[in-house]
Amino acid sequence: MADKTIYLDFEEPIYKLDTKIQELKSCCDDNLAKDFNKEIANLEKKTQKLLEETYTKLTPWQKVCVARHANRPHSIDYINALIENFMPLAGDKLFGEDEAIVGGLGFFNGQAVMVIGQEKGHDLESRIRHGFGMPKPEGYRKAKRLMELANHFNIPIISLVDTAGAFPGIEGEERGQAEAIASCIMEGFKMEVPYIAVVIGEGGSGGAIALATANRILMLEHSIYSVISPEGCASILWRDGSAVKKAATALHLTAQDLHKFGVVDEIIREPLGGAHRFRDETVKHAGDVIWKHLTELKKLSPADLAKDREEKFLAMSRIA
Amino acid sequence: MNWLLDYVRPKLSVAKTEKDVPDNLWDKCPQCDAMIYGQELAKNLYVCPHCGYHMYLRPRKRFRMLFDDEEYSYLEAPKVKEDPLNFKDTKDYRSKLKSAREKTKFDDAFVAAFGKMGGHGVVIGVMNFNFIGGSMGLAVGEGIVQAAQFAVERKVPLILVTASGGARMQEGILSLMQMARTTLAVKQLKDNHLPYIAVLTNPTTGGVSASFAMLGDITIAEPDALIAFAGARVIKETIKADLPAGFQKAEYLKKHGMVDMIVSRHDLREKLITLLNLLGNTYTKGE
Ligand SMILES: [Zn+2]
Repeated sequence: MADKTIYLDFEEPIYKLDTKIQELKSCCDDNLAKDFNKEIANLEKKTQKLLEETYTKLTPWQKVCVARHANRPHSIDYINALIENFMPLAGDKLFGEDEAIVGGLGFFNGQAVMVIGQEKGHDLESRIRHGFGMPKPEGYRKAKRLMELANHFNIPIISLVDTAGAFPGIEGEERGQAEAIASCIMEGFKMEVPYIAVVIGEGGSGGAIALATANRILMLEHSIYSVISPEGCASILWRDGSAVKKAATALHLTAQDLHKFGVVDEIIREPLGGAHRFRDETVKHAGDVIWKHLTELKKLSPADLAKDREEKFLAMSRIA
Repeated sequence: MNWLLDYVRPKLSVAKTEKDVPDNLWDKCPQCDAMIYGQELAKNLYVCPHCGYHMYLRPRKRFRMLFDDEEYSYLEAPKVKEDPLNFKDTKDYRSKLKSAREKTKFDDAFVAAFGKMGGHGVVIGVMNFNFIGGSMGLAVGEGIVQAAQFAVERKVPLILVTASGGARMQEGILSLMQMARTTLAVKQLKDNHLPYIAVLTNPTTGGVSASFAMLGDITIAEPDALIAFAGARVIKETIKADLPAGFQKAEYLKKHGMVDMIVSRHDLREKLITLLNLLGNTYTKGE
């Protein structure tokens, strides 16, 4: 049986095909192999076609589901695959260490970089440890500290955005969640080094933009970036928490929408079937795209990098 | 300062001495339920004379209360793309905008004016909570960017009086981007060593609190104002427990080190003038 947990609701037909293929493969004895091989090949072709049909026209809500898929590569996966000699750095040196944000120095194709990413975790234990990828004020202050450090040593910054949003809770409020996010946004604008933000999964509102006032904003093909979750929007504007599909469409939160609005510079293609099916391939390709942008930005002077960022955001949303 | 190059200078228009809604009505204090005669309330700057509750103060009244001799000129409202997402929920967004404009007589939820305070030239921007909950979309963001720009050009301080439920979600990602753009507006003042004072009034929440509202050189809050990042209802649902008394109120924020001072509306003008006197009274090295 195919592992049902990796299939999303709308992938039921793909799940059925995959299950059948696996059944055939596992019960295969040598005498029957010839016939089965033909059948398996046929079914695999069908699956491929179905994946293509599904993934080339995902609805906004389906994209939300793909963006949140538990098997999607997370920040740590990108770091492990792309960064050599990664030196994780901890703490905001004010209050504590928040593992909802992982960050540190390492070599990216030989170039020292500072990576700052939101990490959701992959099983219950790690999800709890990483605060479900919802940073607290100390997380944002840690991010800010790492940006300052990178800027001080003229090291480019790569941020990986993947959060449902900043942590909403008493500790967050009493330690100044609003101020922490605002200061992180501001810090991004102060950087005189290349700063690239990549939305790898879910870009949830203020908690996401805190790590995305960058020179380049890239988005994975099936990632989302939104001012509010479809659930939140549905319950406020439709007064009906189940109106999530309508809300997802109305919010225009897909990478393709954001590219049209001029908010996103480049969409990073995912293999057919999504990043969660082809994790290594996705991460490697994302690395190539990030490297391309980093190479371009390295040509700019420190002052021009700051100016480039300001002009980009000031032009954004103005009438052309 | 290259970003100034494509900048369209907002025109000033002298504020007419329009008459607000008649004050000969009775209002009920939302905190102590006392019935207060409109003229009495207006005279008391919309602070309940019985319990001191600070009611919402409309922009025009705020300007009159703060500027010298009640004299000021409006900065022209910026032109922005209307309804960029063509947004529809149960109602369409354009009709919401239309009725908000009819109700408030303002273009959007932010208005800025230029005038003097204690003799100092100053730009004051006020959020209009009656306009779709003071929410921040393109018009508010661009209004703040241009107000900051105007202050930098005139080399005067900026005071922003906030009142907002957060981002204007009907403008989607473009409303989220205003968190970055308004932060950039504040940065222009900082880069030019011009004071930016944030006056947080009830309520200041979400994307507004998590951007320019919390970046003041000095942060003032009105008494009892709700100042929050996450909504209390969301937090309560998440933790399934009661929230501490006074949670997310101005006094709570001051206790936790997030605002400099809490100033009653009666003292606000005087305190702001003192701050402007102090921040403007710099020394020259070696003198
Ligand atoms: Zn009262």
